[in-house]
Formats: sequence, structure tokens, C-alpha cells
Amino acid sequence: MRITTDEVRKVADLARLAFSEDELADLTQHFEKMLGYVEKLRELPTASVEPTAHAVDVTAPLRDDVVRNPDDHANTDVLLANAPDRKADFFRVPKIIE
Amino acid sequence: MSLCTLTISEARAKLSARELSAVELTRAVLDRIQATDGRLHAYLHVCADAALNQAAAADRMLAAGAPPPPLCGIPIALKDVILTRGIPSTAGSKILEDFIPPYDATVTRRLREAGAVIVGKANCDEFAMGSSNENSAYAACRNPWNTDRVPGGSSGGSAAAVAADQACASLGTDTGGSIRLPAAFCGVVGLKPSYGRVSRFGVVAYASSLDQVGPVTKDVRDCALLLQAIAGHDPRDSTSVAAPVPDYTAEMDAGVRGLRIGIPREYFVDGMQPEVEAAVRRAIGCLEEMGAEVVPVSLPHTEYAVAAYYVVATAEASSNLARYDGVRYGYRAADVTGLADMYRATRARGFGNEVKRRIMLGTYVLSAGYYDAYYLQAQKVRTLVRRDFLHAFETCDVIATPVAPTTAFLVGEKTDDPLTMYLSDIFTIAVNLAGLPGVSVPCGFDDRGMPIGLQLIGRAFDETTLLRAAYAHEQMQDRPRPRPAL
Repeated sequence: MRITTDEVRKVADLARLAFSEDELADLTQHFEKMLGYVEKLRELPTASVEPTAHAVDVTAPLRDDVVRNPDDHANTDVLLANAPDRKADFFRVPKIIE
Repeated sequence: MSLCTLTISEARAKLSARELSAVELTRAVLDRIQATDGRLHAYLHVCADAALNQAAAADRMLAAGAPPPPLCGIPIALKDVILTRGIPSTAGSKILEDFIPPYDATVTRRLREAGAVIVGKANCDEFAMGSSNENSAYAACRNPWNTDRVPGGSSGGSAAAVAADQACASLGTDTGGSIRLPAAFCGVVGLKPSYGRVSRFGVVAYASSLDQVGPVTKDVRDCALLLQAIAGHDPRDSTSVAAPVPDYTAEMDAGVRGLRIGIPREYFVDGMQPEVEAAVRRAIGCLEEMGAEVVPVSLPHTEYAVAAYYVVATAEASSNLARYDGVRYGYRAADVTGLADMYRATRARGFGNEVKRRIMLGTYVLSAGYYDAYYLQAQKVRTLVRRDFLHAFETCDVIATPVAPTTAFLVGEKTDDPLTMYLSDIFTIAVNLAGLPGVSVPCGFDDRGMPIGLQLIGRAFDETTLLRAAYAHEQMQDRPRPRPAL
């Protein structure tokens, strides 16, 4: 499996990650090795095999749309306590619109 | 005998008889951590004051005379991916270095309700990604039997802490072997429950279709007791199953007479450490002498399991770890220009190399044009792996294999080659893909004195039979339980 550094760079962009040129070169090698290894999955005939997403049947259960913790607004400070940056009761982020 | 060596059941008896106070027990464990953890790094955070307060509360309950809750006063460590309200939970990552959870995981809450004393947060590979604990962003945990060697991963701290008597028991998580491998490497008992048996609410997600929380303990009885406390449906985790939770100790000593133990030939391969194969075969022989029937079985898709895992798990990880964006919690890179740059710089600096490798591979296999070739194909192979087990369980009740092809390797031995490291999990990964319960129990030592683990695999939601076989096996082992000379 041939992979180019440019392809890896594109994946990095999709994953919102940034790498130095050296790291990109290492990752390209790693990709080739891993994709070469997982290539063996294609040996198996699977046209009639259903995919398994979970080992048990998982359905999304519905519940009534009711407020269970009416006092939750009191937790705003608790929840915001982990924010890297906040202003009043909001998460603050770098400017997104010029 | 020092207090910190007590098992849960031994401590429970002494606490109930008032021969021992919970504060004394917790103090003994904290002293042991103090004396040994500079060499082991099994803990990322020790909450001594809170633990002593919980222990004092446990003593008040014990003094009150009413039957105490099942884990009253028992000191327990939690892998750092398990959220603990008000106690740091970093998942072994710098990106969560300052994160203080505003709530408890369901397993944490259940342990608190059962009266357990939470002594601290156990070291682990970053986001549970690793087989040696060397991917911890803080310190590589060491193996108590030989500190030049790894404890296994990713729940390395959970296993090392129990082996070194730094806790009565602990919880770990297992996505591809992360409880069973370190349990084997450290000579303790580690169980990965069936997928859906234990709630993951409040557990930092790695690969959600595979992750399970499970006990790491000094013996099989403790394993059953701790599983009892955490198992069961949780409305906050829609993948937790509403099946009734049996009494896991009720039939534990029923023996193995008539039990059919399957031996899959694909798990006894060339290149295995000879002492590992010998010890595992000896353990199987003992079970046969006790009346079990040994039957050959085949799991023909075993050699594809690791490949399927590294597609499925990395894909899920790439999605799960998208939440670390520097906005709501965790680390945020400073000196950035704009939001997109903030995301990239935060994630580039906050995540370690192995985590980034897995996010990258997972993003790739899910990306346009590759989804069918990799992700969908891996999910189909997962079906084949699962069918292998269903077929094998038509002729046997429990499957016995080694936990790993070798005993604990040297620190640094496999860090340069991720794929070699991934193959440490070659015997544990298929169990996660199939959603089955698996337990690692000690079955001897190699020539260097490193522990060897026997893996027993059961039918989905049949932890009862699994524990019965594990308990019978344990009766044939040396007593008292060998402990590392630290």
C-alpha cells in the first residue's frame, strides 16, 4: 500500500491535528505498515456477511422529555469551572468571523 | 502479615468482626503507596484525606450495627479514565491535566454506595491506548515483580497497584485486552465483563463498541464481589443491558466436573514463550484432573482479529476524541490565530504520539473512498470472529487460552515499533470484538520470575460459569498467593 505524505497531511487536516515535516514522514511510514497489515482483511470473502457494529443489539431507547434536575442552572459554575476561557456564563473562543 | 495484603473478603471479615477499623486499613494502604510508589508510578493521583474521611464514615456504619454495605471500608483504586467527582481524572493525558470532573461515573457512584474507599486514580496509557503503560503522558508505571519491566497496559496502574498491595482491588477498562494483559503481567486476577454488563457512563471513551469496565483483584472471590457491585443496567448508558445480575459467588465453588473446556488450536502458535505454553497447558491439565472435559475447538478467524480491531477501534477513537477541542474543558493552546488554528494547536500539543497515530488511522479508514474497503470490511470480519465463538460454544462451556504470547517485556523494548506492541494483544482482542467475558488468572511464573496468565473466555453474560472455572483453577495454585518482593 503506497501512501504519500500529502495524503497523510490531508488526513491530519480532517482530524484537526498539526504535524512537523518529520512527524509527517514518520506517520506516512506508520500508515504504510498498518495499512499493509490490515490489508489481510480483504482476503476474506464477505459479500454475504452482515457487518457487526455492536456485539449486542443496541437500540436508542426513548424517554419522556421532562426536566429531571430543575436546579441544574445552579451547576453552571461547576460546569464552566473546567473551561479554558469563559466570559460570564459562556465558553469563550477565539474570534471565528472576521 | 501486613494489613495492606488483605483481600476484599479477608478485610470484610475483619472489619465486620471489628478486629480492624476501616481507617487502619486505609492508612496501611496509603503507607504502602507512600513507601513503594516512587518506584512503581501506579498512581497518578492519591486522595489520602478524602480516603481517610470515607474510611471514617465506613467505621461509623460498621459501628452502627446494621449490616454494612458490601464493600464497606475497602480501599479501591480507579483507573484514571473513570470519572470521580472533585478528584482529577486525566485519562493519562496532558489534554485533561487540569480536568476536575463535576460528576461521578456510574461505576464510581456504585462503589461509593457500596461503601468503598477510593484511594486514588491509577496510571494508564493515554486514553487507554497501549499495551505497556508507556503511553502515559505522566510516567511509565513499572511492574512490581521487576521494575525494569512493563506492567502491561493499558490498565497498568490498576494491576500494579493491586499486585503491590497499594489497594485491595481496582477497576480497569478493557478495549482490546487492557485489563487482562496487565493482570497477567502483574500476577493478579482481571476480568473483562460481557459487553453491556457494566455501565460506561462517565468513563472516558476510547472505542465505544468495545470498551468495558472490570475488576482487577487479588483473587477470584474478590473479582466476583467487585463485579457484583458494578454490574447491571444503567439508564444513562443505552448499551448497558437490562439482563438480571446473578449472585456471582453463589455457584463459584461448584467445581468443574462435567464442564467442557474448549482449547482453540489457533491460540497455541509458534513463537510463543515456551514457559507460557507449558504453564497454560499445565493449568488446563489440572482442570481436567478435577473433572472438566477438555475438547479441541477452532476459531479460524483469529489471525484477522488484530487487523479488524485496529480499524474498528481507531475509527471509533477518531470520532470519540473529536470532543477534545479546547473549548469546554481541558487544555487549550495559547498564542493561536483563529479557531481552526486553536483546534489544531490544542490537539497537536495536548495529545501524545500514540493517540495521534490512532486518531489519524481512524480518520483515514472512515474517510471518503476508504470506508467500504477498511471500516465496513472490518465490521464484517468482526461478524466472522463472533460467529467462530458462537460455533465453538456449541461444543464447550468455557474456552481456555494464554493471555499473551509472552510474559512482561522490558520497558522500552517495543516502543519503537507500534505494530509489534499491538501484537501483545493477539490473544485478547477477539474477545472484545465478540463482546464476550474473559478473565485472566495467574497460572505460574517463567524462569525470570515473571507471572504468567491463563485466559478463560465465556459465553456472553455467563460470567457465572467463567468465575466457577477460574475459582476451581485458583484452588490448585500455591497458597499463600505469591507476592512480589518490592
